[in-house]
Amino acid sequence: MWSFSDISNSIHEWLSGNFNPTWTLIIEMVLAGVAVIGLFAVLGLVLVIMERKVSAWMQIRLGPNRVGPKGIFQSLADTVKLIVKEGMTPAGADKFLFNLAPFIAMIVTMLLLAPIAFAGNFQLWDINIGVLYVSAISSLSVISVLMAGWASNNKYSLLGAMRSGAQIVSYELSAGLSVLAIVVLAGSLQVSDIVGSQADGWWIFKGHLPVWIAFVTFIIAVTAETNRAPFDMAEAESELTAGFHTEYSGMKFALFFLAEYVNVFIVCAIGATLFLGGPIPLHIGSWEGFNHAMDYIPSSVWFFGKTFFLIFLIMWFRWTFPRLRIDQLLNLEWKYLLPISMINLLLVTAMAILKWHL
Amino acid sequence: MYRETEIVKDFTATGEGGDMIINVGPQHPATHGVLHLVITLNGETIKKVEPHLGYIHRSIEKMCESLSYRQFIYVTSRMDYLSAHINNHACALCVEKGLQVEIPERAKVIRVLMDELTRIASHELWWGAMAMDLGAFTPFFHAFRERETINDIMEETCGARLTMNYMVPGGVMQDIHPNFQKRVKDFLQLYKRKIHEYDELVTGNVIFQNRMKGVGILSAEDAISYGCTGPVARGSAVSCDVRKVYPYEIYDKLEFDEILETGCDSFARYLIRIREMNQSIRIIEQLIDNIPTGDFQAKTKAVLKLPKGEFYTRVETARGELGVYIVSEGGTTPYRIKFRSPGFSNLSVLDKIARGGKIGDLIAMMGTLDLVIPDIDR
Repeated sequence: MWSFSDISNSIHEWLSGNFNPTWTLIIEMVLAGVAVIGLFAVLGLVLVIMERKVSAWMQIRLGPNRVGPKGIFQSLADTVKLIVKEGMTPAGADKFLFNLAPFIAMIVTMLLLAPIAFAGNFQLWDINIGVLYVSAISSLSVISVLMAGWASNNKYSLLGAMRSGAQIVSYELSAGLSVLAIVVLAGSLQVSDIVGSQADGWWIFKGHLPVWIAFVTFIIAVTAETNRAPFDMAEAESELTAGFHTEYSGMKFALFFLAEYVNVFIVCAIGATLFLGGPIPLHIGSWEGFNHAMDYIPSSVWFFGKTFFLIFLIMWFRWTFPRLRIDQLLNLEWKYLLPISMINLLLVTAMAILKWHL
Repeated sequence: MYRETEIVKDFTATGEGGDMIINVGPQHPATHGVLHLVITLNGETIKKVEPHLGYIHRSIEKMCESLSYRQFIYVTSRMDYLSAHINNHACALCVEKGLQVEIPERAKVIRVLMDELTRIASHELWWGAMAMDLGAFTPFFHAFRERETINDIMEETCGARLTMNYMVPGGVMQDIHPNFQKRVKDFLQLYKRKIHEYDELVTGNVIFQNRMKGVGILSAEDAISYGCTGPVARGSAVSCDVRKVYPYEIYDKLEFDEILETGCDSFARYLIRIREMNQSIRIIEQLIDNIPTGDFQAKTKAVLKLPKGEFYTRVETARGELGVYIVSEGGTTPYRIKFRSPGFSNLSVLDKIARGGKIGDLIAMMGTLDLVIPDIDR
């Protein structure tokens, strides 16, 4: 079956044949960096146009339909506009931190792309603590939001940043605990191992109730962690105009914007990998013909299909629900989600010890 | 409450004990226009809300004093632009009262029909904007689907979609369009087919109910003492529907209920408007097939002169009680005009109900007060 890993392997073999190992490694790193930057940009564009189309569909309107066929180049045109716009720095702002914040947001997002398995055996870095790495790095994103809010010297920005700080720190707990449920079941933190553990069935379809609880908790927690509605307290345009990025314009704003969308992609990719089997195709019991047909669909299509399904789910939330209030948001986490995911983790651990999941 | 306060120009200013003072508006997405609030915050908790008026003051009352009794009605469309018909209606009624003209039955029915269509359109817009204040964008477009139909009806008959200027002293400006009845019936069908979406999308939503229930408590005593009218007062179980209490035109012959809720909170005020739309539909259904034949306008003189004296009428707009007070010296223009606008009194309770709440609550409460800023700031 054709796969991305063929390309990466052939590149690696060609480089090893022509250069010494050090140069091979350096060239591969440069290539990977270029690929990540390219992916970052492409994902941002695709997700923005997707969001606009999804929202238009839900709001009985057409959405962008002028630039290119069906308006698919609209976000490209918007990016060009944002690049040529002046990136203003307010007079009262802390100039260094103000200009640094969007780059931190972007770098954090790019770092998160490293351990994700985009297809079978196609991964930038299969680190043995992959899931821990993801939770560790994703908590850095709050720094860019706090930095932007504080350095803007704007009260709305500050309020937005403080909200975001409280929110991300809280929701990381249940996001982490729900991820741990799968880690306990799979017995490894490595992304490839977790994918491998689902070869005979995705975790969500193995019929364990705790996995379902973890999945629902995970989706709620990551929606909050990426500051998406109904948990978009940090932006809350009707309350805080635009929250932490009120003062940003031009490309600096675009970096926050792109980082938000790529973050959504990343958390959905992690959700798809942990719960929906990542690049693993759908197999149903003893339906040999069906399973065989499913195997013919490339693993990258499976991965992106699952990820975009979860992204659609998160977009659906945004265009349906009103926003929570800040105290309700924290109540939801500390009084409901956190106890539930803790008990859930105990259940999963008991299950793993008694080997019920096998 | 209205003591002199410096508008915050220094954006790092803090109040006593480190309280944060924020200008909300005049340019702010949640004020639906250009209302300027200076709020004092302790963290996220609101300690004080001070509305500052005057940003779009156009001195409409003064303008009216230099216009004739036919002309000044057009200016009033620009006060509460979402219920332009009803504003015009109130002014026409007041002039008619002074002239002692009896207007034809057909004109009365057309006026009431237009008023009720306007009320529905206004509540539709409020519903969408209110949901948008709470962070849900989709309801806005769903509300506009129905509202556009009403606007199309208005456009056909009155020639305008927002500032209709259709009511004139003595009746209405021109007869209804031949399509009018059919279009209104189409609208009634559309509305009945779609109204369940409103409940599914917003009213029944758990997040929405949590945001609305138990916040913005306005007791009946406060509602009366602050002079609240319309859905805001009726949400606190104060019976004040002018259509019932002081019926004008043909409202005393129509069957409809005055909606009252005893919740006193934001959710009660929300429910009132949703249920009022159904009552307006009821009124339209009673009238649409029974528009009497006859003139649409009474014969009036070319130049209107009100006798010396004072005249006052009140009507129920989508936001509450609108009073029009004309002092005439016997000339062709009013000596003094005063409008008692519902939005102004309703805004004044904002400080009372918002204290102790969160910023998000403030925005939601402003939504349930249904403020139209040009109505407050005339």
